[in-house]
Amino acid sequence: MKKNPQTVQFTINGESKTFITEPDEKLLDLLRREGYKGAKFGCGQGTCGSCTVLMDGRAVYSCLLYAMQVEGHEIRTIESIGTHDNPSEFQQELIDGGAVQCGYCIPGMIMSATALMENETHFDDETVREYMDGNLCRCTGYEKIWSALRRVLDRQEAQNTQS
Amino acid sequence: MSDNPTANFKQVHHSVTKIDAKQLALGKDSYVGDLAPREALIVKMLWSPHPHARITSINVSKAEKMPGVKAVLWHGNVPRNIHCTAGQGYPEPSPYDTFIFDTKVRHVGDRVAAVAAETAEQAEAALKKITVKYELLEPVFTIDEAMAEDAPIIHDEPEAYVPIPIPYDPKKNLVAMVGCEAGDFDQGMQDADFTFDDTYETPYAQHCPIEPYTSLAHVDSAGRIVITTSTQVPFHCRRIVAQALGLPVQKIRVIKPRIGGGFGSKQEILLEDIVALVALRTGRPAFWQFTREENFITGRTRHPIRVRLRAGIKKDGTITAIGMDCWNNTGAYGGHGLTVVSCCGSKVLPLYRCDNIHFDGKVLYTNLPVGGAYRGFGATQAFFAMESTIDKMADAIGMDPLEFRRQNHIQSGDSSPIFAALGEGKEGTPMTIDSCALDDCIAKGAEAIGWDKRTDWRDKTGRYRRGIGMACLMQGSSIPHIDMGGASIKINEDGSFNLLVGATDLGTGSDTVLAQIAAEELATTTDKMIVYSSDTDMTPFDVGAYASSTTYLSGEASRKAAADAKRQILKTGAEILGLPVDQVQCVASHVQNTDGSQKVSYGDIACYALYSKNQYQIIGTGSHFTEKSPPPFAAHYAEIEVDTWTGLIRVLQYVSTIDCGTAINPALCEGQTEGGTLNGISYALTEQYLFTNGRMTNPSFAEYHIFSMRDKPPIKAILVPSYEHSGPFGAKSVSEICINGPAPVFANAIYNATGARLYEFPFMPEKVLKAIQAVKA
Ligand code: FES
Ligand code: FES
Repeated sequence: MKKNPQTVQFTINGESKTFITEPDEKLLDLLRREGYKGAKFGCGQGTCGSCTVLMDGRAVYSCLLYAMQVEGHEIRTIESIGTHDNPSEFQQELIDGGAVQCGYCIPGMIMSATALMENETHFDDETVREYMDGNLCRCTGYEKIWSALRRVLDRQEAQNTQS
Repeated sequence: MSDNPTANFKQVHHSVTKIDAKQLALGKDSYVGDLAPREALIVKMLWSPHPHARITSINVSKAEKMPGVKAVLWHGNVPRNIHCTAGQGYPEPSPYDTFIFDTKVRHVGDRVAAVAAETAEQAEAALKKITVKYELLEPVFTIDEAMAEDAPIIHDEPEAYVPIPIPYDPKKNLVAMVGCEAGDFDQGMQDADFTFDDTYETPYAQHCPIEPYTSLAHVDSAGRIVITTSTQVPFHCRRIVAQALGLPVQKIRVIKPRIGGGFGSKQEILLEDIVALVALRTGRPAFWQFTREENFITGRTRHPIRVRLRAGIKKDGTITAIGMDCWNNTGAYGGHGLTVVSCCGSKVLPLYRCDNIHFDGKVLYTNLPVGGAYRGFGATQAFFAMESTIDKMADAIGMDPLEFRRQNHIQSGDSSPIFAALGEGKEGTPMTIDSCALDDCIAKGAEAIGWDKRTDWRDKTGRYRRGIGMACLMQGSSIPHIDMGGASIKINEDGSFNLLVGATDLGTGSDTVLAQIAAEELATTTDKMIVYSSDTDMTPFDVGAYASSTTYLSGEASRKAAADAKRQILKTGAEILGLPVDQVQCVASHVQNTDGSQKVSYGDIACYALYSKNQYQIIGTGSHFTEKSPPPFAAHYAEIEVDTWTGLIRVLQYVSTIDCGTAINPALCEGQTEGGTLNGISYALTEQYLFTNGRMTNPSFAEYHIFSMRDKPPIKAILVPSYEHSGPFGAKSVSEICINGPAPVFANAIYNATGARLYEFPFMPEKVLKAIQAVKA
């Protein structure tokens, strides 16, 4: 069935793996095929953010990247963040804050927020908007997602200034 | 409320954690797309490139031979059973005007042929090999064109009919007509000191759930078709697929997993018949997910409606007459056409006291995208007209629009002739308003926005001008004598319960809300509930998630099921304790005597009933339909800043108050209110369908702009308490009402800022600028 099978090797959630792919396969399709289904298809056009994953710590739209493009890079997906027994701080705030409605946008939001928290030390509103603007949510009006995130960031910022 | 019944609630009226929040936040497999097996065939559809054409020939033989192709479906090889894709009660108040495939295409994006192949690329390659010859027919794009004397007939198929006795005349492109009169409208207009006659237009819009339409089907080992689908209406889906395929309902099982948002769009059967057919023909699982573009062009939309509003008032602010004429463009198929236009009247006209009312609704076919159910459902369209005119009325007599609304709005104990006159495809149901906290909504919202600082537009100068606008709103809670919900609940050894509901959580949190209601009734905690929704093989029937019905209607069904189980628990508990049943009660997951000195836990009661003595399954069932549809009420406010040089609007603050009765889960109610409000804001300011010859030219989020986190203005949701005695623990609906506010609120705020009155939206800068310039001229 495969017209032009190739292999691609990259680190996924800390493990180096090799996958069969094709030159025209998108990273999102590869990830979902291989069981990393936390990244969702929402538009396939780089406009909704539900497919967001981290590439070398940067939030990217996996629906726009070809799988071959991530050769040798480090990819992280929602599957690497939190467990039922130990959700991440942001996940816990989203859950407690009633910020998860249909939830389809949420993994992407969490990945963008992860990039924000890892790459920045100072989280003024404008910086937060910059990182989160590419993740559309049609259910929540963003209010509760925003305040959940703000709670985490404020705590983190307080810690950063202490240490 | 002198005695406050909500004070003693332990489960409802608390922001209990949404029960599926964690699995979703962890990104666990939850949605249809996550459940598709790797071996599933991928379905792709060839869509009509023409707005109106007859298919004179179609050749699929090349496509069938393409690599990976397992099935090609077209009008020559599928059953031809007329049906309606709208998921409504049965028989539907909508015409049967649809086939799986037809020899005619009626809009750009109508079905022509489907391919199922091993991969999406193979399916797409095969689509290109299908040759179709079309005889192009003259298209109909506007309501006026549709009503013209010798207009092209869009539905000329002889099979088309409407299954209930209502007017339907496809030869005139007429999908439905509905009207009612109360008092004497003409007399009311004559008695008025001031009269108004304005025409408003509301635009197309798409719901844009972030999860596109998605369906999966397979044939199980017993030969039955299992459809796992992103739907708001699993039971209607089963019935409609059975009808379209000519199969017994028994042969089909529909499962609804987690849904990535719906807002009405998924109250429609658009993919399920095809995946079911592919699975049947090939014996393989079949998966179909719309692209974002398909979501726009062939998914359902909000019906664009033209509303002519005539009204008369006295100098003292008495409304003497209201007349509403609505023309509903339902696009190429008629589903929801009648009911949406009925709701223009039934969900809007009762809000203000008036003796002389005229209502007339017409629904017309055009060769444009198909209207469907969309949150707000006609009320959104008509409230734009109503609340704009209400402001004009107040302005005419020099009264504060807030005071004018306060003086005229419906109150507890009032009725409206409209309740009895306008139903859904039949007469309505008379109703007296029980709970109404609209006065409080108005007061709290006014305070939050700073209504006091509002000044007349004539006093404003400079490039940037601020304005404050408001609107009052109502909706309903389910459809009386039409909607029905069912639930069952059974106990397990550890005192946990399986709550099975047909009600369809599509991201709203209704599973949680229903669990809270059941837990409250059973005097246990919500975390003891294992909720399963919805599966036509496993759960009781429910009409589905629409018409703001789930909390009010399915909630009461869940409460009744819990009450039924509770009776059994009490009886068994009393038997264990050796006490008469009238001397025990349920307290904190135990059955106990009055002072609590003797008690037995639900877990022990379950074990006793399942294993020890007089064995039986403690299981409660409940179902519910309603006699009334109590409206939630809302007052919305916004402060905006208009750039009078460019027409650009900046929303400084939006306040969304709501009286939804008892808020079963306040955090979720706020979430519904914030989300619906932002959707309404986005609709009012930026969302629009652009057409060239019937083709939508902006079918992507890049060009059809929905609000992002950066765009979002501050939204303040305020829950205003009331107690609806007919609802579960005092609850009414919450989900739909809030989307109705932004368009009229902004129209009124623009007027307050600049003196410019707009009669259509989205309020794009050029439109606003033109209106401002008209004021100056
Ligand atoms: S699916 Fe990738 S941005 Fe929408
Ligand atoms: S929660 Fe549904 S899209 Fe964000």
